[in-house]
Amino acid sequence: MQHRTIHLDESPIRFDRWRRRLPNWLQRFLPSGGGSHEDHHGKGMFGFSVFLLSESIIFLSFIFTYVALRLNTSNWLPPGVSGPELSKLVIINTVVLLSSSFVIQPAENALKRNQLRKFRRLWLITIAMGIYFLIGLLIEWKNLDFKLTTGLVGSTFYLLTGFHGLHVLAGVVLQIIMLIRSFIPGNYHKTHFGASATTLFWHFVDVVWVFLFSLLYLWRA
Amino acid sequence: MTHDLSEAIANNREPENNWREYFSFSTDHKVIGVQYMVMTFIFFLLGGLLAMIIRAELLTPEANLVDRPLYNGLFTMHGTIMIFLWIIPFNAGLSNYLVPLMIGARDMAFPLLNAISFWILPPAGLLLLSSFLLPNGTAQAGWWSYPPVSLQVPAGQLINGQFIWIVSLVLIGISSIMGAVNFVTTIFWMRSPGMTFFRMPVFVWSVFSAQLLQLINLPSLTGALILLLLDLSFGTQFFKPEGSGDPIIYQHLFWFYSHPAVYIMALPAFGIIAEVLPAFARNPLFGYRSVAIATLGIAGISIFVWVHHMFTSATPGWMRMTFMATSMLVAIPTGVKAFAWTATIWRSKLHLETPMLFAMGGAAMFIFGGVTGVMLAATPFDIHVNNTYFVVGHFHYIVFNTITMAIFAGIYFWFPKITGRMYAEGWGKLHFWLTFIPANITFFSMHPLGLQGMLRRISSYDPQYQGWNVIASLGSFLLGASTLPFIANIVGSWLYGAKAVDNPWHATGLEWTTSSPPPRDNFEEIPIVKRPPYDYGDPKYSFVENSDDDE
Ligand code: HEM
Ligand SMILES: [Cu+2]
Repeated sequence: MQHRTIHLDESPIRFDRWRRRLPNWLQRFLPSGGGSHEDHHGKGMFGFSVFLLSESIIFLSFIFTYVALRLNTSNWLPPGVSGPELSKLVIINTVVLLSSSFVIQPAENALKRNQLRKFRRLWLITIAMGIYFLIGLLIEWKNLDFKLTTGLVGSTFYLLTGFHGLHVLAGVVLQIIMLIRSFIPGNYHKTHFGASATTLFWHFVDVVWVFLFSLLYLWRA
Repeated sequence: MTHDLSEAIANNREPENNWREYFSFSTDHKVIGVQYMVMTFIFFLLGGLLAMIIRAELLTPEANLVDRPLYNGLFTMHGTIMIFLWIIPFNAGLSNYLVPLMIGARDMAFPLLNAISFWILPPAGLLLLSSFLLPNGTAQAGWWSYPPVSLQVPAGQLINGQFIWIVSLVLIGISSIMGAVNFVTTIFWMRSPGMTFFRMPVFVWSVFSAQLLQLINLPSLTGALILLLLDLSFGTQFFKPEGSGDPIIYQHLFWFYSHPAVYIMALPAFGIIAEVLPAFARNPLFGYRSVAIATLGIAGISIFVWVHHMFTSATPGWMRMTFMATSMLVAIPTGVKAFAWTATIWRSKLHLETPMLFAMGGAAMFIFGGVTGVMLAATPFDIHVNNTYFVVGHFHYIVFNTITMAIFAGIYFWFPKITGRMYAEGWGKLHFWLTFIPANITFFSMHPLGLQGMLRRISSYDPQYQGWNVIASLGSFLLGASTLPFIANIVGSWLYGAKAVDNPWHATGLEWTTSSPPPRDNFEEIPIVKRPPYDYGDPKYSFVENSDDDE
């Protein structure tokens, strides 16, 4: 039996002082300085936010490529190509995607308050909206007069929308998994972290779309 | 012997780790750490072997040992392996082992994710190596894979060396990002009570800073590689000049990661040095807080200097000036570190055991490599020696003479903790001198070669360069041989070495307060920390109670 106490001095435990000066919402993402090992939800959300930071850098590197190429290319649109149009399809798609953020958030809140039925109803609507967006994207791709290999406009357009579309798809898959999980008895706790993370991811995907939408459709040369 | 046994029973130690555990999908951060370290060391040996073939080719001015495509493949794979399969993942392994112990946690924040991060690497590494078997061989465009060179692959082959190179690097990148999420979360959330930021050992600060860089900068490389893959195999033209694409964009995305990557490699090495020097000088680390802040500062500045790798890439003048200035700024926090190291060992009684030799050797070599780095950051000088052996000499002083030596310091330092056994001191010292002298012979020679104008990445050269080349090659063969006593020592000591006590160095980190090797959950009780990290020499904190552990 070897007891391993750490040599103590008289000073009281000092938690990192700066933490107390942070706004409430930020504190939610930060540990209280010891003893927080069991806070799986907070830990998980912190890790997931950090991961999203990384994801946003990939998007930024693609956006940087797009902007740099577009600024330096004189014949951005090859002959016979009119470029991505701000069509009704695109607008409706955008409205659907962005408003889904306002559906998923109440769903998550409902789950926090243990209102499972409400959660499932709103969650299902979000899933439908996500799938609607994906189908819209495919239709748009089909109607475009350029392909991936048509000059830089094609390369960048399919890259940005495709990479974002993959994220929407991932979000929808996550949502479906969480929905199924919510039917497994006793699994509520796990679902809760997963649902919060999925919600955050979905907001992220939406915010990214705001940028992509402005760059791809509103930037007229 | 009986003493050891009774002691082990008395201390209620777990039975020795079963070797099979190291081949299993374990979620214990200590097992994962060892898995990382052993696997990356194997890649280190492989990368070293490739280097020796390169140096053998360069013994004579003519290209007579390997043909040109193979030579290209050799230096490409050498660089790729050393950076992406040796230093970076080795650091991840050592950090995996140490960080939870050092901050008083029972494991990493996400143990399952941790195991997955590791298990991505062996297949990715094997995939990379498998490209040697392809009809057209491995990737040939160097570890940076600049387009348009990297896009010049024989037409009509979907699976080629370059393709495989990209895919394995993306996989390695995914592993690193998952690891970075885990490390940053662990250091934020898993600290034991009282372990404030300014009570964390500098090694933990280093890991934290390096992993932040992984999070923020690595995705840029991943992005670049995705674009390169699309260009290579799917007919896009992001980087193809003939399709009005722009290869320079690749360079920006690449160096936005790969400059900070040098600090992802270097910071944990500096962290090791900061742990070893105080322990063997019996002095507190001088200016602990400044060193901690300097660590974060180096990481911060390193995000804004990448263009110094592109001074000769048709970079406009204003950009050259700006990035020359930011690059020079790194000298300030780096100077803080070097000063703190010196002040720590100043006028103290040094205990020159193997870890200390390697740490001091590494620190000294860093001064040299840092100076040539600042020289290179001066645009006019860089334009002169860019792409010559001077650059090769510079970064090998850093990546081998500093970082790899520091890694050896770390291996010897924590060997007793990890294995529960002592290494053989005599063999360790032999290893040090067999490394230190040849390493300087090899990499010093590259500086005059570069100043005289010898280009890098060539297999034949003008006969005037032969003298220094022969010296460099002979040095490198000795350097290769120096790993033999190391391997003998490590393997032999792991199997038959004397049992180690919990804290053979009388060091102050939390990792030394638990048994060697630590039990599955690291600590019997989560320690409560109420003291600064490097309280050597302060009688109030000395480890008197533990003194019955040794001898
Ligand atoms: C701290 C650790 C360092 C490491 C690991 C490191 C590593 C490297 C590597 C690997 C390269 C070669 C890249 C390539 O072209 O393949 C390089 C080049 C370079 N390094 Fe360092 N370096 C370090 C420190 C510094 C410092 C402190 C400076 C300047 C303040 C610096 C300035 C440069 C410059 C300007 C080049 C480009 C030279 C050229 O291509 O012409 N380095 N370094
Ligand atoms: Cu650099």
